Amino acid sequence: MAERVIDVQGLHKSYGDVEAVRGIDLHVERGEVFALLGPNGAGKTTTVEILEGYRERNAGDVSVLGRDPARGGVELKRRIGIVLQSTGVDPYLTVRETIDLYAGYYPSPRNVDEVIDLVGLAEKRNTRVNKLSGGQQRRLDVAIALAGDPELLFFDEPTTGFDPNARRNAWEIVKNLTGIGKTIFLTTHFMDEAQYLASRVAVIAKGKIVAEGTPGTLGGRDRMQTRIRIRPPDGSPAPSVDGQTRLPDGSYEMRTEDPTKAVHDLTSWALEHGYAFDFLEVTQPSLEDVYIELTGGEEGRA
Amino acid sequence: MSGAALVLRQFRFTNKAFWRNPASAFFTFAFPLMFLVIFTSLLGSGQIKLNTFELDAATYYVGVMATFGVISACFTNIAIQTTFARDEGLLKRLRGTPLPAPAYMSARVLHAMAVGAILVVITFLFGLVAYSSPLPTGTPLLEFILTFLVGSLAFAALGLALTVVIPNADAAPPIVNAAILPLLFLSGIFIPLGDDAPAWIRTVAGIFPVKHFADAMRAGFLGNLTVNTPLGTIRVFPFDWMDVLIVALWGIVGLVLAARFFSWEPRR
Repeated sequence: MAERVIDVQGLHKSYGDVEAVRGIDLHVERGEVFALLGPNGAGKTTTVEILEGYRERNAGDVSVLGRDPARGGVELKRRIGIVLQSTGVDPYLTVRETIDLYAGYYPSPRNVDEVIDLVGLAEKRNTRVNKLSGGQQRRLDVAIALAGDPELLFFDEPTTGFDPNARRNAWEIVKNLTGIGKTIFLTTHFMDEAQYLASRVAVIAKGKIVAEGTPGTLGGRDRMQTRIRIRPPDGSPAPSVDGQTRLPDGSYEMRTEDPTKAVHDLTSWALEHGYAFDFLEVTQPSLEDVYIELTGGEEGRA
Repeated sequence: MSGAALVLRQFRFTNKAFWRNPASAFFTFAFPLMFLVIFTSLLGSGQIKLNTFELDAATYYVGVMATFGVISACFTNIAIQTTFARDEGLLKRLRGTPLPAPAYMSARVLHAMAVGAILVVITFLFGLVAYSSPLPTGTPLLEFILTFLVGSLAFAALGLALTVVIPNADAAPPIVNAAILPLLFLSGIFIPLGDDAPAWIRTVAGIFPVKHFADAMRAGFLGNLTVNTPLGTIRVFPFDWMDVLIVALWGIVGLVLAARFFSWEPRR
């Protein structure tokens, strides 16, 4: 069995009367990109901040790199890198100085220029931090987290507030990190982010894990019914296939566990009558469908 | 890296960043000098009567503005800058690294003390050149240096403690000024405070550390001034260890409060 870098059993955390985390079990293996996916207020940040050592838990067993993060101290912090949702840096230092400053806190830091290249800030090396764009500052956040050459990196909602281009760039950086053998734990409320980056996803809603798996199998997504939509040409009768629903725009939708046969039936019917469909669409349920079903379609507490 | 090396390294980066904000650096140093010039210009070359002794107004203000500079650097600046660092998430980020909290705080305080020391030197040199104010030598100089060290540490600790009650960065300047400005007025920094001052003012000033710090700083600064009396030659401003002790006690209170309640994360 692969080494468990993070192991959480029965984690509970309350703020006053509010139970933010209500019994979470999860584990992350070395080299994985693990995404904790859930709506705002589901308990993602609370969970990741307990793993990072910022918060004490009320109950449960938590092990990060073999240590309890609440008592891991300096030894644990030397081996992890943290990218928080929003963090400040000294605006008057340059990119290189900033990374160098943080690298100095670690026993065996990564080469500063190598880190700068990894996050794509080579051209901004000698630029002061207050002259960076928002996206570049986020790269700097990643660079700072990488400075100590950690085994395990935490990203809390790494692309919230990004434009589509910046998101793509951030994703590429995270992909690069897996290429150099880092284990990554990220939280996100974007389905596409989890799907693109993660090797394994856990969905959290109202403080509980409601599903866990690879992006392809999450929540039984691989076993869910396939959706087929067609639009016959105007004037044609309804296709004689079971389980169809007529949609307002004149198209028909059906759900099936046997898409091979269903598509065959539909096209045979059309060919027999000499119709050509205006369109034909076959879709697997998206991660979004699964997600909305799992999280109750609720935005939760903001 | 050893603790001292970490502090030194952190100090170097803090210092580098400090000088790259020219506006902030300029006003930190210009402020006490500006007050010095304003007060001495307003009061001309007049005399200030302190108890029974008459002192050049310029010399008086050189002394208190040095004190004011140390308080600005170590109390006001530390409280405001630390609140900003906390609100921007800089402190939280540092908390996630192996840098020990005391190393970061020590570097910050040492830097404030260095700025305070430069301010004292600038003020004294300015006083010497512009107003021919005397400089302390011998024992008074040592007393002055000791007072500076105790006072700057104590006010830095109080500045850190004050951040506990500052809810966010926007509130930092008004709260810090509300805490220190009345005391500066009540403690003879801007307006000389003699024995004829109202009793309640002297009582209030006696409780808080500003006046004690200012008195001890002045006793050191003007420690070479003497008068001849029937009882012999005595110092006009005798150095009172009690002043230093009270300042130190306030510093310990500040340190305990800061250690207990200091927040590394933005308070919202």
